[in-house]
Amino acid sequence: MNPPTGTLLTLAWTFGLMSLLAIGGANSTIPEMHRVAVDVQRWLSDSQFADMFAISQLSPGPNVLIVTLIGYHVAGIAGALVATFAMCGPSAVFAYFVSNMLTRSRHSAWPAILQAALVPISIGLMCASGLILTLTSDRTWIAAVLTIGAAALALVTRLNPLWMLLMGGILGFAGVV
Amino acid sequence: MPPDTAPAIPQTSHVTAPQRPGLFELFVAFAKMSLAGFGGVLVWARRAIVDQHCWMTPEEFNEAFALCHFLPGPNIVNLAVVFGGRFRGIPGSIAAFLGLIGPPVMIVTTLAAIYARYGEIPALQRTLAGVSCAAVGLFLAVTARMMVPLLKKRDPVALALLAAVFVAIGLLRLPLVPVLLTAIPLSIVLTFAMRWRAT
Repeated sequence: MNPPTGTLLTLAWTFGLMSLLAIGGANSTIPEMHRVAVDVQRWLSDSQFADMFAISQLSPGPNVLIVTLIGYHVAGIAGALVATFAMCGPSAVFAYFVSNMLTRSRHSAWPAILQAALVPISIGLMCASGLILTLTSDRTWIAAVLTIGAAALALVTRLNPLWMLLMGGILGFAGVV
Repeated sequence: MPPDTAPAIPQTSHVTAPQRPGLFELFVAFAKMSLAGFGGVLVWARRAIVDQHCWMTPEEFNEAFALCHFLPGPNIVNLAVVFGGRFRGIPGSIAAFLGLIGPPVMIVTTLAAIYARYGEIPALQRTLAGVSCAAVGLFLAVTARMMVPLLKKRDPVALALLAAVFVAIGLLRLPLVPVLLTAIPLSIVLTFAMRWRAT
């Protein structure tokens, strides 16, 4: 499969910009990923988006790899690589230079102020991500109960998350969800 | 160099200062923690960097992670780049980056290919729907944990900003760029003003 260059450029631009907007981590950009991939570009359906979120959580490695799945879906292996490097590259280069700068000029008040200013924004984005994910995944009330149950278990126990994903998968396979 | 000649090297530096990891070592260490990290690599990164290899003290690690958390982009990728860079410059950053990202990308791409081929099978769709419900629950739990310190502070300005960003992105589904271009300067000005008034 030879994806058109235009598609690869769209992937690169979309995720390259998102990389620099991911305040507090890649999970903050889930609403934007959903908006672009499902609503604007119509690359995926809602349920495909939910499936890819599930696969990215099931796989080892950083959670950002949902972009690899989206990239593959849009433009095959080239798409997967372009999306991954676009999402990780720009912020990585930025982090490298900022880290070097900070080790040279310590004790400035600015990093602390910036950090305090960014925390509420990043948590607001995480809440929005939670909402979007709930709306795309929980299409039945039993699914919503399963989600609430998993959240409660994760909050009160130290159970390995992988077990909860596995239980969700088994319940899904059995046709409960 | 044959192993017999190794003791000829003065061992003091070996004992006192933590060793500087080589490029290949960086690649392997980050590949290992990445492949061990289901649902988050951070725990494994701390274990490998602080406990196992003693490349950083716990304080140094926390400081590096705090920096990576407030910089944009995937936190753990930033951590790999910052960590690799501190020890070996740009080549170190690239080695750590490729170790962290390379092997899982190969796995995920394989899964993507399987999904593209068999994603329509009802049993697989049901299973993934179930996994996704549980994964969303875990995500909500993480978010709730992150919110607790902010709620405890009872800072009305921060909570108003949080709510405004949530409404704009989550409910109104506005594009991220204009929202952040408004929210970030506003938040910086407000934070600055509050600190200035407090002092």
